[in-house]
Amino acid sequence: MVPRYVPAGERGLVVEFENAVSIEINDQVRALAIGLEAAHIPGLIEVVPTYRSLAVEYDPTAMSFEEAERRVREVAATLDPAALPPPKRVEIPTVYGGAYGPDLPFVAQHAGLGEAEVIRLHSGTVYHVYMIGFSAGFAYLGGLPERLHTPRLPSPRIKVPKGSVAIGGSQTGAYPAETPGGWRIIGRTYLNLFDPAKEIPTPMQPGDTVQFVPITEDEYLAASREGRAGSRELRAENREPRDD
Amino acid sequence: MIDVNRQDSRLSAHGSQVSIEVLRPGLLTTVQDRGRFGYQKFGVPVSGAVDEIALRVANMLVGNPQGAAALEATVLGPQLRFLTDTVVALTGAVVEADLDGKPVPWYESFRVRPRQVLHIRKCPRGLRAYLAIAGGIDVPVLLGSRSTCLIASFGGFRGRALAAGDVLAVGPPSAPLPELTGREAPSPWRPRHESRVTVRVILGPQDDAFAEEGIRTFLESGYRVTPNSDRMGYRLDGPVIRHQGSPDIISDWIPLGGVQVPGDGKPIILLADRQTTGGYTKIATVIRPDLSLVAQLRPGDTLAFQAVSVVEAQAIACKIEADLLALPDHLVTAESWTYAAELGEVPGGISLALQGDLPQATPTVMESPGRATVRCPMPAVVVRVLIDAGDMVAVGQPLFLLQAMKMEFEVAAPRAGCLVEVNVREGDAVGADDVMASLDTTA
Repeated sequence: MVPRYVPAGERGLVVEFENAVSIEINDQVRALAIGLEAAHIPGLIEVVPTYRSLAVEYDPTAMSFEEAERRVREVAATLDPAALPPPKRVEIPTVYGGAYGPDLPFVAQHAGLGEAEVIRLHSGTVYHVYMIGFSAGFAYLGGLPERLHTPRLPSPRIKVPKGSVAIGGSQTGAYPAETPGGWRIIGRTYLNLFDPAKEIPTPMQPGDTVQFVPITEDEYLAASREGRAGSRELRAENREPRDD
Repeated sequence: MIDVNRQDSRLSAHGSQVSIEVLRPGLLTTVQDRGRFGYQKFGVPVSGAVDEIALRVANMLVGNPQGAAALEATVLGPQLRFLTDTVVALTGAVVEADLDGKPVPWYESFRVRPRQVLHIRKCPRGLRAYLAIAGGIDVPVLLGSRSTCLIASFGGFRGRALAAGDVLAVGPPSAPLPELTGREAPSPWRPRHESRVTVRVILGPQDDAFAEEGIRTFLESGYRVTPNSDRMGYRLDGPVIRHQGSPDIISDWIPLGGVQVPGDGKPIILLADRQTTGGYTKIATVIRPDLSLVAQLRPGDTLAFQAVSVVEAQAIACKIEADLLALPDHLVTAESWTYAAELGEVPGGISLALQGDLPQATPTVMESPGRATVRCPMPAVVVRVLIDAGDMVAVGQPLFLLQAMKMEFEVAAPRAGCLVEVNVREGDAVGADDVMASLDTTA
């Protein structure tokens, strides 16, 4: 399908790819985002990649919609999705169940599995980061095994603790901050998922792959005590694609 | 990329020049600049002044770059003690404000002397007032901006709204203070703040998700601002906008001014603190210059939408930018308000005693001899009734706790007296100017 270029206000241009959630479509979005950022087009303010579309904000005093569209098409024409930088792998150490994952029993019951089996399935899957959105540092992950799809809570909790790992419908993710939320909480990570003091404030970026790594409560408490919540070293060690 | 929030950093040799002590924070007062650009891809809300034009004009009046950090006050403003000499300007909502008890001008810069107290009491018209201070508010730049991101608790002053006892630092002014004093914006820059406005929109990006009849409803109806509105967005009430097919989309970017229509058919205009992505269809986008009108609407006000083309909207945007660029050359020097400049040094500390302990919300009072009524300052919900009929109350005593636009505030007794009538109960929705209680002031 040919992408559709549509205006969103007088300073927004949205490039819509196919209307579906797939890694192939998401890779096209990511390729265009990377290409546009590298092109340093004067008057282009920022790009926001999402599941299947790329938003471009531009300065209307610097260029018209037609001109913005022309500049984006020029970049799109030169793209080679095969030349995308390889995704980095981010590991999210997670303590499952107990006080950290109060909904693990429900998820297990709903799936007709034991709790250990739910943990094995959830942590045994490599997820794809489709986009960061909803709140600062929240990664939309794709790839949750169908067996683990679980309806949301009938009414959201007022407070979901920071770092909670949860399942909502066909999605899974981790809460970067304490917020209200309706997803089923199955565990918690000590990883800091959003740090505004860093130029790249999130450990995960679109296109990355993510795996939850089960840890014990003792490991969780030790890491929290030692202040390992800072994601710097983790980001550094995860920048290299691992061969496992 | 140009830095829209440019502001000179602190003079290292002399430390910070000016500081301001927050005596009372007001309802919701935050540090804001033009917003946090370049980080939406990390899910970071843009934040920034909701009425961006008012912020930029305020900054120009005091000689700042347009995107310097200033204070955004909401309905009931802060009370601030200045610890050093400076020049400030108020824009945006019409304000009832005074400096040591003397009314101050609007859209005109004025001098403030050490220990003077500026009290932005309330906004009789409009909703958000901006206080720019020569030099700009000096808070750390996080992700390219000094704006407060309330939802993620970072930026601005410690990631939160101001609280009593906070002390704000201010950067160096761009010129000697007398040169920055008495600069006045020409009248076209002063908003009229009408309670019914028409704002221009560009249809889409998901206008094709609506039935033709739905688009017509959207463009031909009036919509009322509900109290469930805040810096994230304005929830509107009015005729239901019909979709064709699903009201949901695969989540994508939400532009500033985007008008979401969820399944219930009631539109929501997304503003400065909006989330970066969302899964509801967006019927249209309000053009940026008209968001200054939206920013100043209060619950109960109404708005209508008028469709324009992208080309028309860009012409409007270019005109406003050109006008703003030329504004510094058109600032007239006012002669009218020279109170502070003439007064010279004033002894501090007297104003508070003279003013008494004024209530957060000074309600409208309609008096016949011996009788005062307590009226609701804006459409709100009664959270708590703190008194009973028959009670004797002191001036300034809190009577009701109300909630509007997700902010709680107290309504206090305008006079001392005996409460002869209490007309509202907890949970009641009250309109602007509704009588909530009557006082016998002879008691």
